[in-house]
Amino acid sequence: MEEPTSPKQEIESQEPGEAGRSWEDTKAVSFQDPKPEFSEHLELEQDLEKGSQSSSPPHQSPQSRAGAPVNDLTGPGTPSPLSAPQESFSIPLSVQSTQDLATPLSPLQSDKVTSLTAEPQSDHLEQPSDKAEGNALQQGSQQPRHHLHGPEGISHSNSKQKELRFDIFQEESPNGNPDLSQCGPRPSALGPSMVEIAVQNAKAYLLKTSSKSGLNLYDHLSNILTKILDERPENAVDTIENISQDVKKAHFSKKLDTLQNENEMLPTYEIAEKQKALFLQGNLEGGDQELEDEIAESSLPNVMESAFYFEQAGVGLGTDETYRIFLALKQLTDTHPIQRCRFWGKILGLEMNYIVAEVEFREGEDEEEEDDEEAIEERDNGDSEADGDDDELPRSFYKAPQAVPKEESRTGANKYTYFVCNEPGRPWAKLPSVTPAQIVIARKIKKFFTGRLDNPIISYPPFPGTESNYLRAQIARISAATHVSPLGFYQFGEEEEEEEEEEEEEIDGGRESFEENPDFEGIQVIDLVESLSNWVHHVQYILPQGRCNWFNPIQKSEEEEEDEEKEEKGEEAEYIEQEVGPPLLTPLSEDIEIQNIPPWTTRLSSSLIPQYAIAVLRSNLWPGAYAFSNGKKFENFYIGWGHKYSPDNYTPPVPPPVYQEYPSGPEITEMDDPNVEEEQAFRAAQEAATVLPVEENETEEEEEEEEDDDDYE
Amino acid sequence: MDSESLLLSLELASGSGQGLSPDRRASLLTSLTLVKRDYRYDRVLFWGRILGIVADYYIAQGLSADQLAPRKTLYSLNCMEWSLLPPATEEMMTQTSVVKGRFMGDPSHEYEHTEMQKVNDGEKVFDEEVVVQIKEESRLVSIIDQIDKAVAVIPRGALYKTPFGPIHVNRTFEGLSLSEAKKLSSYFHFREPIELKNKTLLEKADMDPSLDFLDSLEYDIPKGSWSMQMERGNTLVVLRSLLWPGLTFFHAPHTKNCGYIYVGTGEKNIDLPFML
Repeated sequence: MEEPTSPKQEIESQEPGEAGRSWEDTKAVSFQDPKPEFSEHLELEQDLEKGSQSSSPPHQSPQSRAGAPVNDLTGPGTPSPLSAPQESFSIPLSVQSTQDLATPLSPLQSDKVTSLTAEPQSDHLEQPSDKAEGNALQQGSQQPRHHLHGPEGISHSNSKQKELRFDIFQEESPNGNPDLSQCGPRPSALGPSMVEIAVQNAKAYLLKTSSKSGLNLYDHLSNILTKILDERPENAVDTIENISQDVKKAHFSKKLDTLQNENEMLPTYEIAEKQKALFLQGNLEGGDQELEDEIAESSLPNVMESAFYFEQAGVGLGTDETYRIFLALKQLTDTHPIQRCRFWGKILGLEMNYIVAEVEFREGEDEEEEDDEEAIEERDNGDSEADGDDDELPRSFYKAPQAVPKEESRTGANKYTYFVCNEPGRPWAKLPSVTPAQIVIARKIKKFFTGRLDNPIISYPPFPGTESNYLRAQIARISAATHVSPLGFYQFGEEEEEEEEEEEEEIDGGRESFEENPDFEGIQVIDLVESLSNWVHHVQYILPQGRCNWFNPIQKSEEEEEDEEKEEKGEEAEYIEQEVGPPLLTPLSEDIEIQNIPPWTTRLSSSLIPQYAIAVLRSNLWPGAYAFSNGKKFENFYIGWGHKYSPDNYTPPVPPPVYQEYPSGPEITEMDDPNVEEEQAFRAAQEAATVLPVEENETEEEEEEEEDDDDYE
Repeated sequence: MDSESLLLSLELASGSGQGLSPDRRASLLTSLTLVKRDYRYDRVLFWGRILGIVADYYIAQGLSADQLAPRKTLYSLNCMEWSLLPPATEEMMTQTSVVKGRFMGDPSHEYEHTEMQKVNDGEKVFDEEVVVQIKEESRLVSIIDQIDKAVAVIPRGALYKTPFGPIHVNRTFEGLSLSEAKKLSSYFHFREPIELKNKTLLEKADMDPSLDFLDSLEYDIPKGSWSMQMERGNTLVVLRSLLWPGLTFFHAPHTKNCGYIYVGTGEKNIDLPFML
């Protein structure tokens, strides 16, 4: 191994002790290399090999390298601590590795970053530079750090001094030292730089410290070579594995106390901790009797059963996630006065998803939120009234179109309350009730959900609310369109209720409540698959107005605003036709087609075993909405982005019509100025009239005006 | 997703609701093994399914030893009998680009498209309506090809380039680390690189030629065409394409479990800029 470099050593030994020598000299020397015909590339590669396999014991080369920059920059006598950091970026790297290599047996120091600790660095730098000026023999014994290598250092001491600069060149040149440009002929600028970078990357990779042992491969290889060169075993190549093993065994590392705990996996543990609470909630309650009572009045849906059926249909979440959601629903029903609960589905978002639960409260529903909203409305009204101060100038006649009030909770689109959470285990958030305006706007926009409820929806037309309102509006739309049940499962309520409803809501022409049919006997699955008329909607249709029940905006305006009634009577006399949608429990076969595409796809879950298969219904209008029925049971489920399907692209709504200017009529146009003849005729008429005493005042005024007119003329 | 680890992959990808019913799973496990044997594929991927109105297409892909070599695509309606699809051509692509709407689920279904063509009849030039018949099978081919080229994903390091050129599965791949898994730049397009040639030397400088030989996702146009989520408390990365809604890529950091599946209607979401 020593053979290729020994000639160089001889060459260099001809110029001993010139620590402060210029780089050109070094280059010149090195170019007396016995193999000058090597191409640049090969030379560099060779350099690399030599860097690690160099004939000198590796613990020497680092020393020399540490000495090199100092000598180079500041001359031999005045090594300054700051010199290293001022060097090019490659130098701190090499200095650090230098230090690592210089102290292979003191791992405590091996992690020290030289550039941060100025003083030890200067020590290190000075020591080798001292050594470079001679007295390598003493160096070996003086530095306790190297006492194990002492003999070795001595044995090579005669060539050490000269090797220094040799090593400097060997080691530094691949690292892209800026001095390289000065140091000799570099044929092409591009080729070497790419190689240099590659070499640098490779070295950085080798220097990457393992997180387990604290070692890096660079140190390890140099330690192995040190050992081999120290001990000179026979047939080293055959025992290299054992040597490597020995070196690793001999490596001593002290387990250091660290001040900070590792927290890389924090979110993992956080969610696990939260979900642990889900699993533990059952254990906390004691007493069998309580348990029995709970089971009796449980409002919890059987999520796992419907998940099983949906799995047959090929939709749904994974088994474990479903179970977590199940537990989260249990937590929800335990903490709120909930009469009925259902797993509505999952809406995907950009950052997080929404798990949606549909609940119906018992009588004690909280009213806080509604108060808030009323307060907001009042505030709005107050603002508009405050504007009307000045009477003289005309005020804007434009009134915002009549706001359609939202439906009461437990009716129409607000029949159910929805809770969402991002992940099972995280807290449930209650969605606000939906307003018709939100539904109307939500129909015109198409936005991705982000997963943050307070995210503002920036859209045209402006959406009144945040993402929570948009989410609620989409849920209302999806529910209205895709919640279906087999024909006969629900029926309209008893006669009394019907009568009442009919009285109340004659306008609607439809009934809005239904109940389960106790005599429901089930439908053959085959029938459910073959005919869509066996499926009915059991959620009210949302009118274009944004409500389920028609609200007549004209009546309201007459009642509320008597002043404006007179002005606008003429305009509003037109009768707004009542919007009517399909009534409750309308079969799906009457759904509107989407441009020749049927709105629903039905399928049998398994063609192999049809006798135990279930009917699966897939909505083509709302991709992601599914329903199944096994004849007796049924369930609806939605999973998707919360957007409606249309074969055409989304088109932003057209801008509103430009408001027409006031038509040019008699109240806009003015007459021409009165001319002289008219005035004279007028004066003549006045003089004739002066006899009448009544008009005296007027004439005086007129005269004054005339004077004025004269002035202008 | 790999056909061998289909069950685990399906479980991991289930967060998007795209599952398979038990009978489909069982039949896929059986039939894909046979496909691998009969067609002599090195690796068989279950690609996903395209939802048709009447029936769904189940799609599988066969890979040769060179992972980036042109893939063979097969489809099936019942998950047992697989038919090979012809390779996609440019002509097919332009021809089928006029078809909109959902797939029917019948490969022999023919879409009718009326086109105005100029016909030279002697000296006069007429505009004549020509009805073009487009088979659903060719549309299926071109859509699968488009999806593959646009959004097929592989994590960085899962494949490596051998010195001789072919690209192989990296056996030493141990999954991305957590910090890498959160970056879009650690995921590559699973197709022949296109953008890579246009990179400057400066950008190429930091690349490892044996690993960084594919286009990274982070330069996808439009920006924000991917939704990245950490699920199950950082133990699963899920990438969802917003450009082709329905494509889900999953990767569990520190394991080599990764893959993608497409379950959707086979329509590109051209409304994306409005929706972000």
